[in-house]
Amino acid sequence: MSKRIIEGKSLVKSYDETLVVKNIDFWVKEKEFLTLLGPSGCGKTTTLRMIAGFEQPTSGTICFEGRDITAVPPYQRQINTVFQKYALFSHMNIFENIAFGLRIKKVPENEIKKRVERMLELVNLNGFGNRSINSLSGGQQQRIAIARALVNEPKVLLLDEPLGALDLKLRKEMQLELKNMQREVGITFIYVTHDQEEALTMSDKIIVMNDGLIQQVGSPTDIYNEPENAFVADFIGESNIFDGTMLRDYEVEFAGVKWHCVDKGFELSEAIEVVVRPEDVMIVPPAEGIVTGLVESVIFKGVHYEMVVRNGDLEWMVHSTDLSSVGEMVGMRLDPEDIHIMKKVKMHA
Amino acid sequence: MLKKYSGHPYILWSMIFIVFPLILVIYYSLVKVSSETGRLMFSIEGYKTFMQPLYLKVFIKSVLLALEATALCLVIGYPIAYIIANMKPELQKFMALLLILPMWMNFLLRTYAWISILGKNGIINRFLGVIGLPALDLMFNDKAVLIGMVYNFLPFMVLPIYTVLSKIDKSVIEAAQDLGANSRIVMRKVVVPLSIPGIISGITMVFMPAVSTFVIPSLLGGGRSVLIGNLVEQQFLVVGNWNFGSAISVVLMIFILMSMRIMKRYDVEEEGEMNLW
Repeated sequence: MSKRIIEGKSLVKSYDETLVVKNIDFWVKEKEFLTLLGPSGCGKTTTLRMIAGFEQPTSGTICFEGRDITAVPPYQRQINTVFQKYALFSHMNIFENIAFGLRIKKVPENEIKKRVERMLELVNLNGFGNRSINSLSGGQQQRIAIARALVNEPKVLLLDEPLGALDLKLRKEMQLELKNMQREVGITFIYVTHDQEEALTMSDKIIVMNDGLIQQVGSPTDIYNEPENAFVADFIGESNIFDGTMLRDYEVEFAGVKWHCVDKGFELSEAIEVVVRPEDVMIVPPAEGIVTGLVESVIFKGVHYEMVVRNGDLEWMVHSTDLSSVGEMVGMRLDPEDIHIMKKVKMHA
Repeated sequence: MLKKYSGHPYILWSMIFIVFPLILVIYYSLVKVSSETGRLMFSIEGYKTFMQPLYLKVFIKSVLLALEATALCLVIGYPIAYIIANMKPELQKFMALLLILPMWMNFLLRTYAWISILGKNGIINRFLGVIGLPALDLMFNDKAVLIGMVYNFLPFMVLPIYTVLSKIDKSVIEAAQDLGANSRIVMRKVVVPLSIPGIISGITMVFMPAVSTFVIPSLLGGGRSVLIGNLVEQQFLVVGNWNFGSAISVVLMIFILMSMRIMKRYDVEEEGEMNLW
């Protein structure tokens, strides 16, 4: 259960002098749902393509169940891919698309039939076998692409932003479906996306990447609650990032005020960054607030109001279910565990 | 408003230069100057004459030679198109230009060039003489005509295939590799099937001019390789039998239309942008 099925060691990839992936190490365990998350151009897709075998790493190795497969061509890897733009074979019907890999492996005809039917069932498209690819909607095409990969019973399934082309509602449905499918077939998924919400919903483990480097590895809860640096905090959900000073263990100063917090182990008076999630800020009457501020804008977001509160030089983004009006003075409080302290790093190279 | 009428000059042009001559050809294939009255009268003699074995043989030979030329163009042209489509984009443009470049020269001139290559004192025979081999009789036979056809029509095969190949999404090929296909299987099961619209266009664009050409056989085939195109030319310009000449033209036209119709069946992608017909 806890065997490392895929492992990347010191992976580097450059295209004509441009470093796209800068020496990363990672691993995926069996039956795990791993997401590579990051903005476009962060190297996540390149990493995925190196696992699939479409790109050769400039240096470093990729291991599959402990064996070095860096030099193995894609068609000999027990890994299948779901492509961003589906990449279905438009000259074949749906049945033949799904059967493609099985036919190459010379699987007997009656077994092909059985396995394709089972896949069509899994992706909820029973009886679609004879239809042409062009008669399908985007969501249906994506399901066929998934079925085409899964029918080969790969040990690892790679998915390159497979839901990117779908509309929001369909995307949400497919996220759940994908997660269920992964549980059902019990294989390792490596998923690439730039959508943090998608990553948080589906993953067992998330690798946050930026600028060719791994920023943080952890479970969705870890990544959301304990971002390791300002990039991760900023990328995962909205957050306020303030400069601050760690006065001593469990005490931090920012926004001109001393706060109790739950962090320790910093140097005395170390300059740090403080991350505060907008939903963690409590709006109270000015007298009860630790800091006060002027409400500058209020936007209705459905479940909550999104407000910008000015406190001296700082702008606080606040999510609150209670309405405050523009121009009103409000107080703000924070629970100690909602103050996230991060070491200052030279970021955004 | 302007848009509504902007097509009219073309319609007029095609009426005068395409539809009207076509009607004339059909008309002349059905009328003959009567030897008694000197007037025009209805006659299907042209068609009857054509049914004679002598002319049918010429017709069949033309079709076979055109088929040979088309097959050769496909065999030579497909790899060329494939290689160009897989080059770097800048190089692709350059190669496509090289391919079209000869077409900027006059068709006659291009065909004449082959005389100086294949002729009795041509480049090949002179080279053979230098290395002490006997001269070959390369000119004025079907082979020379075939070479002329393949040379002249090859770009018409390469370009449509190249266009289709260069449009194939790379990720489709990667998907096939990902599913276990080595390069040979990718070629056979994905690339070639996806390029069928281009192959069809190429075949049509080579076969049609090849079956009706008269310049190539008269220059490279001399008098010895008479094709259907020469027959038409002779009837109009030498013999002066417009009735027979028109009849051959009409038969040839119907034959080409029929073969296009058959080709179209194999064209799976009906609404392909590449489809010229």
